[in-house]
Amino acid sequence: MKKITDWQYICMLILNNLDLIMQIKEIAKTLDATIVVGDEATLSTEVKYGFATDLLSDLLKIDKNKTLLITGLATIQTIRAAMVMDVGAILLVRGKKALPEMIELARQNQMVLMEYKGSMFKACGILYQAGISPVY
Amino acid sequence: MHARNINPRDSRRIAVAIFEVETNIILYATQGTISVLFDNDKITVLARDEGMGIADVALAMREGYTTASDDIRRLGFGAGLGLSNIKKNSDITWISSIVNKGTQIVLIFFLTLVL
Repeated sequence: MKKITDWQYICMLILNNLDLIMQIKEIAKTLDATIVVGDEATLSTEVKYGFATDLLSDLLKIDKNKTLLITGLATIQTIRAAMVMDVGAILLVRGKKALPEMIELARQNQMVLMEYKGSMFKACGILYQAGISPVY
Repeated sequence: MHARNINPRDSRRIAVAIFEVETNIILYATQGTISVLFDNDKITVLARDEGMGIADVALAMREGYTTASDDIRRLGFGAGLGLSNIKKNSDITWISSIVNKGTQIVLIFFLTLVL
């Protein structure tokens, strides 16, 4: 196995602890996701963490701000749970389409709603590689 | 709660607990009410429902324990985290339930002083 130098080790430590933040519009661009709801102000909002789940019960347990919700659950309850958790951005994966009432509620609450054709795994992989951190 | 200048962390945990209580009433009860009492230093939530009730509250408080149907799971709920999440987010949790009658929940949240 190739041995890493002290210098490389220090760089790795620094990179792992960097507070990498992405704007939502950068996330949309990285994934080539469709923005369904979002304006210049909300798309410029910063995101540091990503959380992927199809269970809202799981979402209600997280304790981090600046989080992007990645889900295949396209129901009005997804928006309501995100509102409770102050999650400002939702990425619907697996080609799920936002319902009209979801769009309306997201718009009323200045949230960003995006649709992505790929799988949840693919979205998470790309965003993790881009620097978005896991919630835990 | 924003209007009352409540600390954002408190505001979030209270909102989460009330959301969980509300979800339980909608999913498992036939009808119910939630009352929220504001004090200067604390918020009290009183929830009362009529419905199937909880047979073993201690067991239902355990993370992962669930009696949810597939329909409830399809809505994104029923992971068996609701009651434990209510307890985690509140400072005092009191739950009393009678099977096939209903459930009463009292939650107290002590507020962080906003300077």
